[in-house]
Amino acid sequence: MSATLAPADEAAVAAAVAAAHAAREPLAIEGNGTKRGLLRPVQAARTLSLRNLSGITLYSPAELVLSARAGTPIPEIEAALAEKGQQLIAEPPDTRAIFGTDAPATLGGIVATNLSGPRRITWGSMRDHVLGIRFVNGQGEVLRSGGRVLKNVTGLDLCKLLSGAHGTLGVLTEITLKVLPAGETSATLRVHVPDAAAGVRVLSAGLGSPFGVSGAALVPDAAGGFAACLRLEDFAPSVTYRSARLAEDLAPHGDVAVLDADATRALWREIRDAAPLAAQPGEAIWRVSVRPSAGPAMLAAADALGGRGFLDWGGGLAWLAGPASEAAHGAIAAAAAAAGGTCTLFRAPEALRLSVAVLPDEPAPLAAIGRRVKAALDPAGILNPGRMRAGA
Amino acid sequence: MIALPAPKPEILARREEILEALRRIVPGDGVIGDATRLKPYETDGLAAYRQVPLAVVLPRTTEEVAAVLRWCNANGVRVVPRGAGTSLSGGALPLADAVVIGLMRMNRILEIDLEDRFAVVEAGVTNIGITKAVEGDGFFYAPDPSSQLACMIGGNVMMNSGGAHCLKYGVTANNLLGVKFVTIEGEVIDIGGAHLDAAGFDWLGLITGSEGQLGLVTEVTVRILRGPEGARAMLAAFKGTEIAGAAVDAIIGSGIIPVALEFMDKPCIHACEAFAHAGYPLDAEAMLIIEVEGSVAEQDDLLNRIKAICERFDPISLKVAESAEQSLAIWKGRKGAFGAVGRISPDYLCMDGTIPTSELPFVLKRIGEMSTQYGLGVANVFHAGDGNLHPLIMFDANDPESFRKAEAFGADILRLCVEVGGCLTGEHGVGVEKRDLMTVQFTARELDQQRAIKTAFDPQWLLNPSKVFPLEGAPVPLAAE
Repeated sequence: MSATLAPADEAAVAAAVAAAHAAREPLAIEGNGTKRGLLRPVQAARTLSLRNLSGITLYSPAELVLSARAGTPIPEIEAALAEKGQQLIAEPPDTRAIFGTDAPATLGGIVATNLSGPRRITWGSMRDHVLGIRFVNGQGEVLRSGGRVLKNVTGLDLCKLLSGAHGTLGVLTEITLKVLPAGETSATLRVHVPDAAAGVRVLSAGLGSPFGVSGAALVPDAAGGFAACLRLEDFAPSVTYRSARLAEDLAPHGDVAVLDADATRALWREIRDAAPLAAQPGEAIWRVSVRPSAGPAMLAAADALGGRGFLDWGGGLAWLAGPASEAAHGAIAAAAAAAGGTCTLFRAPEALRLSVAVLPDEPAPLAAIGRRVKAALDPAGILNPGRMRAGA
Repeated sequence: MIALPAPKPEILARREEILEALRRIVPGDGVIGDATRLKPYETDGLAAYRQVPLAVVLPRTTEEVAAVLRWCNANGVRVVPRGAGTSLSGGALPLADAVVIGLMRMNRILEIDLEDRFAVVEAGVTNIGITKAVEGDGFFYAPDPSSQLACMIGGNVMMNSGGAHCLKYGVTANNLLGVKFVTIEGEVIDIGGAHLDAAGFDWLGLITGSEGQLGLVTEVTVRILRGPEGARAMLAAFKGTEIAGAAVDAIIGSGIIPVALEFMDKPCIHACEAFAHAGYPLDAEAMLIIEVEGSVAEQDDLLNRIKAICERFDPISLKVAESAEQSLAIWKGRKGAFGAVGRISPDYLCMDGTIPTSELPFVLKRIGEMSTQYGLGVANVFHAGDGNLHPLIMFDANDPESFRKAEAFGADILRLCVEVGGCLTGEHGVGVEKRDLMTVQFTARELDQQRAIKTAFDPQWLLNPSKVFPLEGAPVPLAAE
């Protein structure tokens, strides 16, 4: 275990990064370290943890904005929002079961990995709701991008660039998010289908309906087929009306069951956290994003390896589990590329994470721009080296 | 007036050679060099600024765009990208020594996939053109800037355009899946695709709203959404701006996100009413237009909830549309707001700051005081749900002193927006117009960091130079030496 620095405030984070920059000493950047198992292991003698930069700094429910320091635990934010009937729009997964960690994820970690859950299909990803950031670049300078208002096109959007950059371009210290009211109630329509292609047709019918479906997933069911699940979240009269109308529309696809709000909450929490994957210890997990109609081909690719999976985002997000081998990773990555999509090795033993490309390679001109952008933000290459790609 | 860099004489001297090279790349009538045909390109939606470009080139394919950029890069020639030329911030304003690359001939819809809910279109397809192509099947493309009949999707991507309905559906960045991106070196790169959230750096997010500073976009993959069963508006008028602001807070606080929530102040109500005869209450200090979606029963439910909330704020009038026609009548005045102001004043500047919505009463009071101080009228329309304020400053373009005052007034309003925690521009972009105010919002180091990222894409600073970033501090000299 490497030595961990856990500065108490932003100025101390900046000082730590400036010192590391001067000494050209790489730093592993983390919050509570819940996603250390994601992508590639960082090769750094020291870890910089944001866990002590904690606390909500602004919450204005009527303006739909919340700011918190990067180390604020997600459950603390969710609880504050719930008190005012609001929620995190992108419904980020809780990855504790996947990575076998105890501490809760932090806001900074969720934004830096741009992890979004089921509601992403309709309401946007985590990075879509990042309104503003404060961050420390690789030279130890404290900088801002965006702000605390919902609409802002002033200057280059570094909020989006740093969201999903896995801490390689800057150390997030404070984040402002757009939040939204939670639906007054919810319901799920569940249709049993014999195969995945039929299931995605049900999901497409739901997402192509005027009823504001806020979750569309396909999970294996006990009958050996799949359950196509469509979620509605809104005021009670709307959920009642829309459930009935959508059930009529879906009737030709099979028998439609309607789950109440409690069952809906439980089901979508499982889908959010990839529980239907039932990944075994030692298995690799992939997260593949493709056009929805290509989802079944991703399940077939996992199946061919003796693995399994389920689909979220209308079929477009495949959570897959299978053998942790280079061959298996190659097969999944190739299937994703063939479908024009993108594949992330989400969890695997360290040896595999070091030996394969955990993210798809970029075309050479884009990779060259990427190296120059990295150098513009982190000239000494000290922030999370090797996290996303070998040697970068 | 905002300064533009002096043209480089060595480029001006090579004009014939440059035109000839462009004609080799884009044959036929795709290269414009004569004064009469260049004239229409001298300005965009920020008509106070005019500059005839060195040349205009109108490519028809991505390959032609790439070849033009490659040639300009190799020859040190600046480039100004242009869509429909509707930018309100001068984003497409030419430079005397620059080649304007107009994308209006790239106007084909390439693919529509209703099953996977996306459309692939060329950059010169109009915003409304996308919706027109899918509305027969009940779908639409969500961002709806008020210039949507004319503005092009490529320009929307470059400016990250918004619209009246983005409180619910988001802005351009939230509705994109992919772009075909062309670098200044002439490399063509597919970014994203028909899927969500490509792994790796979020290039799509960085490029969106980059105002032509990083490269050009020739094709765009957008999400298309199924439209709601219906929509209906209501109007609520109040005795004070604070009261209307409190009503907005109460509506959002109740958990309702209307699809649109527009605010107009008294001068704006009067201008619109005189123009559109929409039946707006002339004694109101502030008026809201609130639109909800769903089936008729759902609309009734939501409008009743909103009506009950508004009734707590002692409204002067509450009018719920009973039909789609009545909805249109309520919107008629608002949609004609800019034209209405144009009728009572020879010219106006449309500002575009965003503020925390809680600051609205204070900001409107300060704008009123400034209006007196500058001796220029102002009417305010406001996307109240998301804090995007559009003050329309009235002036006379034939009077240089009036224009100077209007610009100073506008700059003061934007400084105020930043002071109260907002920003310089919510949807129109920085362009030329707000370039020199960037130092109000950002520190020198923050601007340098953004400049360094531009340099990573455009080492010679040939792409749309003199926009977005103040000239002083550019790593590459922008003016003639």
